[in-house]
Amino acid sequence: MSNGNPYQDDRGNKDRSITNPAGQGSQMPRSKSGKVTAAPGGPFLIGEAMTGGYGKGPDILHDCTIAVDRGEIAVIVGPNGAGKSTAMKAVFGMLDVRSGRVLLDGEDITALTPQDRVVKGMGFVPQTSNIFTSMTVEENLEMGAFIRSDDFRDTMAQVYDLFPILKEKRYQAAGELSGGQRQQVAVGRALMTKPKVLMLDEPTAGVSPIVMDELFDRIIEVARTGIPILMVEQNARQALEIADKGYVLVQGRNAFTDTGKALMADPEVRKSFLGG
Amino acid sequence: MNEMVKNTGLFALVALLIVITGVMQSWNTALLILNMGLISAIMALGVNLQWGFAGLFNVGVMGFVALGGLAAVLVSMPPTQGAWAAGGFGVIAGLVMGAVTIVLAVLAYSRMPKGNMRVLVMLVILIGGFFLYRSVFDPAVEAIEAINPASSGNIGGLGLPVLMAWPVGGLLAAGAAWIIGKTALGLRSDYLAIATLGIAEIIIAVLKNEDWLARGVKNVVGLPRPVPLEVDLQRDPEFVERAASFGMDAVTASTIYVKLEYAALFTVVLVILLWMAQKALKSPWGRMMRAIRDNEVAAEAMGKDVTRRHLQIFVLGSAICGIAGAMMTTLDGQLTPGTYQPLRFTFLVWVMVIVGGSGNNFGAVLGGLLIWLLWVQVEPIGLWLMSTLTSGMSDGALKSHLMDSAAHMRLFTMGLILLLVLRFSPRGLIPEK
Amino acid sequence: MDLLNAIITLTNFVIVPAIAYGSQLALGALGVTLIYGILRFSNFAHGDTMAFGTMVTILFTWLFQSWGISLGVFPTALLALPFGIAGCALFVLLTDRAVYRFYREQKAKPVILVIVSMGVMFIMNGVVRFIIGPDDHAFGDGERFIISARTFRALTGLEEGLAIRTSTGITVITAVIVVALLFWFLNKTRTGKSMRAYSDNEDLALLSGINPEKVVMVTWIIVAALATVAGTLYGLDKSFKAFTYFQLLLPIFASAIVGGLGSPVGAIAGGFVIAFSEVTITYAWKKVLVYALPDGMGPDGLVQLLSTDYKFAVSFIILLVVLLFRPTGLFKGKSV
Repeated sequence: MSNGNPYQDDRGNKDRSITNPAGQGSQMPRSKSGKVTAAPGGPFLIGEAMTGGYGKGPDILHDCTIAVDRGEIAVIVGPNGAGKSTAMKAVFGMLDVRSGRVLLDGEDITALTPQDRVVKGMGFVPQTSNIFTSMTVEENLEMGAFIRSDDFRDTMAQVYDLFPILKEKRYQAAGELSGGQRQQVAVGRALMTKPKVLMLDEPTAGVSPIVMDELFDRIIEVARTGIPILMVEQNARQALEIADKGYVLVQGRNAFTDTGKALMADPEVRKSFLGG
Repeated sequence: MNEMVKNTGLFALVALLIVITGVMQSWNTALLILNMGLISAIMALGVNLQWGFAGLFNVGVMGFVALGGLAAVLVSMPPTQGAWAAGGFGVIAGLVMGAVTIVLAVLAYSRMPKGNMRVLVMLVILIGGFFLYRSVFDPAVEAIEAINPASSGNIGGLGLPVLMAWPVGGLLAAGAAWIIGKTALGLRSDYLAIATLGIAEIIIAVLKNEDWLARGVKNVVGLPRPVPLEVDLQRDPEFVERAASFGMDAVTASTIYVKLEYAALFTVVLVILLWMAQKALKSPWGRMMRAIRDNEVAAEAMGKDVTRRHLQIFVLGSAICGIAGAMMTTLDGQLTPGTYQPLRFTFLVWVMVIVGGSGNNFGAVLGGLLIWLLWVQVEPIGLWLMSTLTSGMSDGALKSHLMDSAAHMRLFTMGLILLLVLRFSPRGLIPEK
Repeated sequence: MDLLNAIITLTNFVIVPAIAYGSQLALGALGVTLIYGILRFSNFAHGDTMAFGTMVTILFTWLFQSWGISLGVFPTALLALPFGIAGCALFVLLTDRAVYRFYREQKAKPVILVIVSMGVMFIMNGVVRFIIGPDDHAFGDGERFIISARTFRALTGLEEGLAIRTSTGITVITAVIVVALLFWFLNKTRTGKSMRAYSDNEDLALLSGINPEKVVMVTWIIVAALATVAGTLYGLDKSFKAFTYFQLLLPIFASAIVGGLGSPVGAIAGGFVIAFSEVTITYAWKKVLVYALPDGMGPDGLVQLLSTDYKFAVSFIILLVVLLFRPTGLFKGKSV
């Protein structure tokens, strides 16, 4: 540890009486955003030929392309460690993309920070710690709408329509909810900005199969409201079933790209990723 | 090699500063600074062991230093006539009963099934034990404190050579550290910082208020010394003659001679401890400590008992602080519980460790010497600065206020030095390798 | 009658002082817990922040007094309090800009910030002593008592008197108002909620568009206000001395930890737990017991469990006991 940043060396101190381990931020870049340039044409959201990694670390993505168009659900699948989540984070700006670019709605947003991408209309639901556990469900949704200065009661009503259980538990601390309900809060929070595109990082991780089916139903419902969805999924089979477009990544590279159905039918994809 | 030159240069700089003090002010002042600097270096060594090697945050250095001081009194002072007969055994019996009460309560807690009955039994043991303890302890204390209260009124010591107090001070501090560490490190999460902060205040409170032990705020003065008294030297014709041959008068020569002897003693202790700390750092034990520090999860997975190791190093570091405390009281020749303040004895030591370089023993020693020198010298410098700044001002309330306040510059300066080092050289002057 | 006297004595010497002290500790602990929740470290400079804010308040009090402005029966310090808060907030924000912000940009580990706060502590300590000196200052004026022991005795005809000092009354009322305001702010306003969100989950707060620098700034201002109010109330109740304020750090930390670090409700509960245990354990119960027990059964000794010099020991032992049985404190943390 003594070679790294001296300010990050806490000598393994875990003294709870002087330092608070809870809720600390990760190494998310907090630098200023660069310029946005017009780039008309192409799909609604595309991460094009992205190559990059975390900080000064080695490249994890190699010439990887992910795209989603209006009214579509696009799914990224692949074996463990294939860089699925990394690819999504690259699209969201949480990764240093060394070559390639990210276009959203006719604009090149490669130089934007994640926060500014939210303002531009990207809704992102991280895989873990994706809710404010100590705050009520309603406060979670309010925080989702933090960047909005207009009246967001309509949006909240829509979210409650989409997830009726949340309305029931609106005054309950989000941390007290079940796993599936928490994920609904997380998605609901992201929807509060009225995003132009929704990105979900393994929304069904760690929930039971029944809850998983329900969550997929909800996601389809969200997609029906007209929001394109880009999703990373561990449960490749179910995900591809609902996907309009599927991306199979292997070691940070595009291995197969096709419609969900075609991928399901592709014998090679079936053999290597879907268990026959 | 370059590093070696730089580090030697830093130590040479401190030596030079001390020499300058000797030339500009007086050699007595310079030696006084050196002596306390050596003791500070030992304290810094102890804290560095805990923070630098193991990441343990000890903000109770003051308490361990004070325990060392207590050891100096208990070991070296002659026993008070009749104190043991009057109440010494009562006090011991009382303390034993107190300890037994706590042990019984803990036993009841761990052995009995959960429920109201357990709480009740524990309360009965604790409250009953407390009153029993007070009924034995209080009269004994009164009896001791009644003996010649103007000059003693305490239990006195064992009348042993004062040098023996140094290791005993270490042992006393180690014992206290073991109890603190056992409780604070044994909790589900680590609460060492607040525990040490609290214990230090309690130790000082005990020293201030338990008059039977070390006379409380009435202070114990006239501790036996490991070196000759100045007045004896001045009466020694041989010494006077030798001093004259150096062209010094006997009084100055005797004070300097005594301080030099102290400096020699302290240097020996510092060198031994430094050598041991270096050995420890490079031993498998030290490597393991650092492995735990840098990746506790991995170390734990490899079967290392992290809590036990932490307890070990915490006890060792505190013991070193205790030794330094005993040395300091020996140097002062008196124990004055009222002068133990956390800023001076806890946080200043932290400044020494951080400025010197946490994780590096030589850094800690350098920090101890350098910061102590600055701590002493900032005051005259501040006074000089203030008188220069205010020389153009007419005499008045503001000027006298500024002159009076110059003394508080040292706190400000220490903070500034700490912040500057943390900002621009966060690893300290001699970084960890 | 005797029982009534016992109750009055108890109220006069235990309950009233403990409530006042508890309120002061609670306000102090709230400041510590807010910093812990949002900046994620324990601020060793908190006692000195209290001292600094109180010092500014005292300076303004003296200024107003020299102008002949007073608040009648209330202490002039109340009028000076807003200026003290402003002065303290300014100083704290400057410190943040000059010192802490750099480490936030470096994403420094909280323990580094703890050490940094030690440096700030030294500096603030020096500044306060430099400006106002290390001595005691009593700065309360106005009416001393809401009800004095003599009036109470005359009023009720009881043997024992109940004295309520103006400073006690002001302490409790101010504390209630301040705490109510704080909770309203944290739970009902957008900025307050964003602070809680940031404390709960920094990454997600950033994703939601919450500006961390603004959260931190608001936090420092609130902490400065809390510290100044706590310090001024403590000073009115006892007196102002830089070193005493520095020493308050231990009971304040203890309160915050007993309550559960990071939890405002916990800080308040912790403050009162510590205050009540300190006062009851160091109080000589003889008088109360003589009244309460039947004639002749009264104790001979003082029935003081521990001498007042050991009040720190009490906070500490309460702290240990709570941690042994409830490692997260009375109220689980993480909900600033």
